[in-house]
Amino acid sequence: MIWQLDLAILTLVVIAGIGAITVKDLLGAAILFGAYSFMMCLLWSIMGAVDVSFTEASVGAGASTVFFVAAVFRTTRRTKD
Amino acid sequence: MPELISTIVAKYNYWIYITLMMIGLYAMIAKNNLVKKIVGMSIFQTAIILFYVSIGAKRGATIPILEHGHGSSHITHAVDYINPLPHVLMLTAIVVAVATLGVALALAVKVYNQYNTLEEDEILTQMREK
Amino acid sequence: MKIIGLIIAVLTGALLIYGTVDFPEWADPASPASTHLSPHFIEKTMEETSVPNIVTAVLADYRGYDTMFETTVIFAAGVVCFFLLRILKKEGPRQRLYRHALTGMTIRIRDGEKRPSVLDEFERIDTMWTPYDVIIKTVCRLLIPFIQLFALYVIAHGHHSPGGGFQGGVILGASIILLAISQDLRTAIKRMSEKVDAILSPAGVFIYAGTGALCLLLGGNFLDYSALASILHVDPVTARSHGILIVEIGVGVAVMATLIWIYNNVSSAGKYDEGL
Repeated sequence: MIWQLDLAILTLVVIAGIGAITVKDLLGAAILFGAYSFMMCLLWSIMGAVDVSFTEASVGAGASTVFFVAAVFRTTRRTKD
Repeated sequence: MPELISTIVAKYNYWIYITLMMIGLYAMIAKNNLVKKIVGMSIFQTAIILFYVSIGAKRGATIPILEHGHGSSHITHAVDYINPLPHVLMLTAIVVAVATLGVALALAVKVYNQYNTLEEDEILTQMREK
Repeated sequence: MKIIGLIIAVLTGALLIYGTVDFPEWADPASPASTHLSPHFIEKTMEETSVPNIVTAVLADYRGYDTMFETTVIFAAGVVCFFLLRILKKEGPRQRLYRHALTGMTIRIRDGEKRPSVLDEFERIDTMWTPYDVIIKTVCRLLIPFIQLFALYVIAHGHHSPGGGFQGGVILGASIILLAISQDLRTAIKRMSEKVDAILSPAGVFIYAGTGALCLLLGGNFLDYSALASILHVDPVTARSHGILIVEIGVGVAVMATLIWIYNNVSSAGKYDEGL
């Protein structure tokens, strides 16, 4: 457990989370959410939860980003907020 | 002052997890777009999972895979390994989260096919006009 | 609405931060969560189940009920997506595009019109078709078998390293989704049709619950794998390890089929015709 790395990644997680809900393009929000999930996976591997971080790397950063992109492709990229 | 610093060092992780949860909650309440609401729900979910996993963290311990495998009489001490129980609970929660995310996105696609928009206020106006 | 949301979020956050005052210090080895149940799992897992990865052992053995119903939830989510989105009857005038591979000529055929007999040399393309990148197509075709092999390794080696049924199942599903993205949805459906998804998804849950019921028939408790020792011809401790493997295979099959099923439904909006 290295606290410098931990703090840096926590900051990036917060930035990616705020970015994902403020960006005015749904495809961008989907990709930023993927980045958020991947940072989360790094955070868990720092904590020593290897199984959880493996799951998040395949599920959160992989599958759920694809689902978001598929849904945005079937609907619209435009958003007002 | 040293007391304050030691409190911050001991608790700052929890405070950042709470910040993440509140980002998700704010997105679920205040955002107008349905996909944005779903993104907020996922952020909230992940923050809860992060908090739960962090409960199992132990200073000076290693990952929960036993070092001395088959055929040794080595005695395992609980302080040497991270608490595996939160990991188990949250591992299943992540996979269930992606399945429920699929359901939420299917609902959003269905709503878009019906009303041709994803904005909540436009959907409400169309529903009132009918 | 924005101001109300901000006020609610800030108030809730302040309350929660006030709540952290009573928490034990972060990563404290003497915290209540680490002193009650988990020492038993850490110290006894090896002699009771002979599985070095404690997370796998607790997931599939000690907390088997939990995982069984999580698998059921995943299956239910797949079924819900199917019933929400799937459109079985074809409606309205639709058109299909066909492209000649050598010349790049594209023809458009409306539904119900007679198909020209020369169409065998043409291939069907999506309405929003863009030229395929040969690099992406080739690399994905080469990569997919290795991804699937790695997924099988993750499922089978979950006892000794991070991994298990959930991760392996998701990677297996992702390999088919990669095929659907790099080529088109019809290619992926040809490899893994809707019927196969719909059969495999409950089959995984059935493998899990069936293993538990088999233990019941052999005289043990539900999901107590040491009862399997009499038919596997091993000692009860090894039988628990093998039982965990069988259950993980069931979980992997269910997760794989459900992910592909959800992706097919969401990306084609239920038409199973044109994907991402």
